[in-house]
Amino acid sequence: MDNDLHDIALTVNGAAYNGRVESRLLLSDFLRHDLKLAGTHVGCEHGVCGACTVLLDGEPVRSCLMLAVQANGHAISTIEGLASPAGDYTPLQQAMHDHHGLQCGYCTPGILMTMTAFLDEHASPSEDEVREALSGNLCRCTGYQNIVDAVMTAASRMRG
Amino acid sequence: MKPAPFKYIAATSLAHALALKSEHGDEAKFLAGGQSLMPTMNFRLARPTVLIDINGIDEVSGVDLSETGPTCIGAMTRYRTLERDARLAAAFPLIREALPEIAHPQIRNRGTLGGNLCHADPASEMPALAVALRARLKIQSSTQRRWIAASDFFLGALTTDLQPDEMLTTIELPPLGPRTGSCFMEIARRRGDFAIAGVAAMVTLDDDDTCIGARLVFCGVGEMPVDASDATDLFKGEAISDKAIRDVAALAQNMIDPGGSVHASADYQRHVAGVLTERALTTAHQRARDGQ
Amino acid sequence: MSTRSFGQPVKRNEDRKLLTGQALFVDDVELPGMLHVAFLRSQVAHARIVGIDVSKALQRPGVIAAWTAADLGAYWRHGPLLVPPPPIPGTIFHERTQVPLAKDKVRHVGEPLVMVVAESRYIAEDALDDIDVELEALDAVVDLERALEASSARVHDDLDSNVSAHVHQSKGNYVAAAAKAHCILKRRFLYEHGISSPIETRGVVANWDARASQMTIWDTTQAPVFVRNGLAAMLGLNERNVRVVAPFVGGGFGPKIMMFYPEEVLLPWASMRLNRPLKWIEDRLEHFFATTHERGQIHDAEIAIAADGRILGVKDMFLHDGGAYDPYGLTVPINSQCTLLGPYVIANYDSTFTQVFTNLPIVTPYRGAGRQHGVFVIERLLDLAAHELGIDRAEIRRINLIPPEAFPYNNEIIYQDFAPLSYDSGNYEPVLDMALEAIGYAGFKAAQAEARAQGRYIGLGLACYVEGTGIGPYEGAKVQVQSNGKVSIATGIGTQGQGHFTVFAQIAAEQLGVAVTDIDVVTGDTDQFYWGAGTFASRGAVVAGNAVNEAAKVVRQKALKLAGELFECSEDDLVLENGKVSITGVPGQFITLGDLAGRANPMRGAVKPGTEPGLEATQYFGPPSGATANGVHAMIVEMDPRTFDLKILKYVVVHDCGTVINPMILAGQIHGGVAQGIGNAFFEKLAWDDQGQLLNASLADYLLPTSLDVPRMELSHTVTPSPLNPMGIKGAGEAGAIPVGPLFAQAIEDALDLPSRGIELLEIPLSPSRLYELTRKGERS
Ligand SMILES: Cc1cc2nc3c(=O)[nH]c(=O)nc-3n(C[C@H](O)[C@H](O)[C@H](O)COP(=O)(O)OP(=O)(O)OC[C@H]3O[C@@H](n4cnc5c(N)ncnc54)[C@H](O)[C@@H]3O)c2cc1C
Ligand code: FES
Ligand code: FES
Repeated sequence: MDNDLHDIALTVNGAAYNGRVESRLLLSDFLRHDLKLAGTHVGCEHGVCGACTVLLDGEPVRSCLMLAVQANGHAISTIEGLASPAGDYTPLQQAMHDHHGLQCGYCTPGILMTMTAFLDEHASPSEDEVREALSGNLCRCTGYQNIVDAVMTAASRMRG
Repeated sequence: MKPAPFKYIAATSLAHALALKSEHGDEAKFLAGGQSLMPTMNFRLARPTVLIDINGIDEVSGVDLSETGPTCIGAMTRYRTLERDARLAAAFPLIREALPEIAHPQIRNRGTLGGNLCHADPASEMPALAVALRARLKIQSSTQRRWIAASDFFLGALTTDLQPDEMLTTIELPPLGPRTGSCFMEIARRRGDFAIAGVAAMVTLDDDDTCIGARLVFCGVGEMPVDASDATDLFKGEAISDKAIRDVAALAQNMIDPGGSVHASADYQRHVAGVLTERALTTAHQRARDGQ
Repeated sequence: MSTRSFGQPVKRNEDRKLLTGQALFVDDVELPGMLHVAFLRSQVAHARIVGIDVSKALQRPGVIAAWTAADLGAYWRHGPLLVPPPPIPGTIFHERTQVPLAKDKVRHVGEPLVMVVAESRYIAEDALDDIDVELEALDAVVDLERALEASSARVHDDLDSNVSAHVHQSKGNYVAAAAKAHCILKRRFLYEHGISSPIETRGVVANWDARASQMTIWDTTQAPVFVRNGLAAMLGLNERNVRVVAPFVGGGFGPKIMMFYPEEVLLPWASMRLNRPLKWIEDRLEHFFATTHERGQIHDAEIAIAADGRILGVKDMFLHDGGAYDPYGLTVPINSQCTLLGPYVIANYDSTFTQVFTNLPIVTPYRGAGRQHGVFVIERLLDLAAHELGIDRAEIRRINLIPPEAFPYNNEIIYQDFAPLSYDSGNYEPVLDMALEAIGYAGFKAAQAEARAQGRYIGLGLACYVEGTGIGPYEGAKVQVQSNGKVSIATGIGTQGQGHFTVFAQIAAEQLGVAVTDIDVVTGDTDQFYWGAGTFASRGAVVAGNAVNEAAKVVRQKALKLAGELFECSEDDLVLENGKVSITGVPGQFITLGDLAGRANPMRGAVKPGTEPGLEATQYFGPPSGATANGVHAMIVEMDPRTFDLKILKYVVVHDCGTVINPMILAGQIHGGVAQGIGNAFFEKLAWDDQGQLLNASLADYLLPTSLDVPRMELSHTVTPSPLNPMGIKGAGEAGAIPVGPLFAQAIEDALDLPSRGIELLEIPLSPSRLYELTRKGERS
């Protein structure tokens, strides 16, 4: 089959991108290799590990289960867009640092994106709610405890 | 793990989507939430040559809740939309109870009710719920439309009554009678995994707490949802007792034929199907009595 | 020193890059003109290769090459034997190491047959479908016992059986001890360990620069220096012309060290042939076959016990599944054999094992590296003995603990580092007491009875272990003060999330009086540091950490000497803190470390004979033998007695790994280890059919524990410094994972009162379904 190419226009972390993509190109590959936004990681390419989680119009989704062409006209947010241009951490990034919520850091992008969206909706989550929300992101290093603590701390700091 | 090549077309309307499907037939697949289709394509277990993206069609999305008549849910309605719909949750507590058992938030943000039913995974919760709730499904092609009962829609593992040119467009749920209590329970290895065994139980009582109707549908223990409601005939016209619940569960256990998997032996599946049945019926009964 | 960082929960230097998406992992390497590789892998476990036809693949647009073993010519050869068998008399060992592409036979599912190079990974995968492979299927060797029957098919045709190795070790005289025993309990134990499944799979990027005669390889390896040396030799290059970089690596846990994986060997070769950079990233499906595993052992073990519960002796015979090739020698089963002895006085021990070739992927160490298997056997034997004798399970452990005055304690048999197994130091009883206290052991029986009265089934588990850590041979480190005052450290090990960028900085900060954040650590780049062995056996912090310490000490001496000359005072009158050297009591008189570094590298004048320029030192550290850490885990579970659903209510770890450099990072290592232990005990099972096919090769079906499956853990520590290194540290990387299996078995038995029903849990992994079967079987019999 000839390459089936499509022109797409989308924003990533607020910046506009235009690109020409083959229909089968996964959104995860497009972000990582075409846009060189390699902060989004790929761990399984079948929707289970959560490392590839990005926000699509503000909602966390698996970028390995979406085609790049499907992002046409949408707004994507990735880990690269979290800290301020000056490099200031978001409360969640800061809390992850403070609580040692990452070891190898490979799962971290997906966890930051998932839990950033979660904190937007849940100002005062319980530990159980945090664990439930986190359950779609596998981490092989940390045993999750420090991540849970980081999310709880971020929530409390965000409440002020 | 990259998909094989295909041609991608974003359908702009329902008519467009149906026309494309009738043109390409079995070679083409609809792309709904992609949460089942994309993994199978990444493993190259599915290799459609044409992918018809139906995410842009608003016509087949949304919940139309009626106080008196049936409730209509568009096939492209995402789990997330269902989860956030408080009125739907009140009208159909089973849906509220089952949704969090499906995968994880990121997947529920994309996955659709229609895609789930069309995928027809035997361990999936929603097909069992559709049967338990006596859903009717609206099926359309570019030339026809028809309605089919959910119980007739599922033909086997990953197999439905859909023809190559057809799309599921609407799921219609009849209202529940008064004093109906329901409960969904499942056993899975981890939260969000497909069920080793799951059961949707419903009990309807009259004003004297006599059982006038009950439903019992399993997921995960056969090739498709297993409707074991006949086992509840024991309840009919009686006040439900613990003993009756145990008897119904024992009957139901013999109506299923689980196949076993890497996660559980068939014996275990049958065993827990019985345990879940007892527990779910007990809770459904309580809820019917307490008017929840 | 004003602000001490050593021993403090210092936050990690490496976090910023990882938290902002700026860290470089292998798959992030993008080079102009880069090609992509995919491998055609065997779909069957055991077959003779009749023919491979790649011609159709080569016609596909975008495909550059498709190579089989035949195309490799003289480059095709068996991988090296990484760890030869220890010098144990009477040992049988048949070396059969892996090959880059299968030639005559395939020996496990996933063994690579063809290497395809294409413009993109997508096209490379398309081309795999174009290749015709003709195989003549053979019976697959899967079952460990059947593998040893004369009628079994043979994994390696030139051997007359599937025995890979046979080892016998003993201390004391078991037969004599058994004769005096009050009773002997004998059981069969099955212990399977799974796959490491880091969230980042493996990957290799190779870039041959012909003009510069320079090969650069980015590799997810735990042992870059060995990979460089090996590949340089294979490729016919000088070591100096090969640079191996292990950048950020997304978790390793052992299998990322099994160097000379086929892909590691093939990509550099292909890059030289094509004169283009190449990338291969293992996908998750490949990971189940292409990365090494740890798997099962069958133990027939017996314990000879005195009436008071004292262990008189243990006898064990076990089979170890080695997989299709044995490049890692005997490391895993030797660990099982040695770690079985645990923290207990076992005067008489007789242990024999047979390592068996099977048509399954290769077995090499994965976090715990066989230690789990041994700990499971001894801990279960003690539980059985406690039940038999009516002794409390904590008491039977206590009376058998090695007393503190017995250290160093010589267990006589040979360990994986070739030295007699000797425990350097330890004080075991307080660790047990702390764990009992933390879990609420004294009040548990009452709490259990109360819960039972309410229809709740709770149970307690308790398990002890030792962990041999920090073995040699050596590591080195270069510590250098730059003229901007910042310190750089380079070592040869790789790092996969253990916090080396921070703990090494803490060690140097202690010597040099600079802030941890002013110290930049480079690991895993062979151009930055030439020598080293790698990250394995919980040795990074111990061995490389001590090398950093030694090098930093020398730099400190150099700085003080230079400053003493400058100020014309005795070194004893100088203090080194806050990045400067000053004269005690004369606060105005100081020089910054950066300025000293500048002076140490003058533009004019003569450097005195015998002095080296720069404020820099390289030192090596090699411990005489491993340091032995120890600990106790305890847990309370609640069981659903009908569905066998399990919930962990409380989890306690008390641990002694000597001097602690960074308690925050140490806690993280333990948390992660426990999580993997929980996966091993209750979730992760590789489901093979009798033809060697893996039935659950996806993360949907191979169940890694999630945030809902791993409980909160309560940690405490005692500190018994190791006398084997100046800092007194012991490793901690594997401790969390080791005792979790017996803990589960014991806690579940306790919750469901299984011993009194005659049901024993003698296998791992368990699952609700398996528990249902075991209890039913037990009840029937
Ligand atoms: C990690 C993970 C865990 C999961 N766990 C669960 C779970 O526990 N329980 C569960 O039920 N599911 C689970 N799922 C699957 C998920 O629910 C899917 O979303 C769902 O099964 C398919 O819905 P979809 O909208 O994504 O459909 P798609 O994947 O887009 O489509 C599925 C199939 O249906 C066809 N199709 C889609 N829509 C229509 C239509 N309107 N008319 C005709 N054909 C159509 C498609 O062509 C395709 O063949 C999981 C998925 C993942 C990735
Ligand atoms: S890579 Fe997308 S979920 Fe694992
Ligand atoms: S930190 Fe390594 S996978 Fe989460």
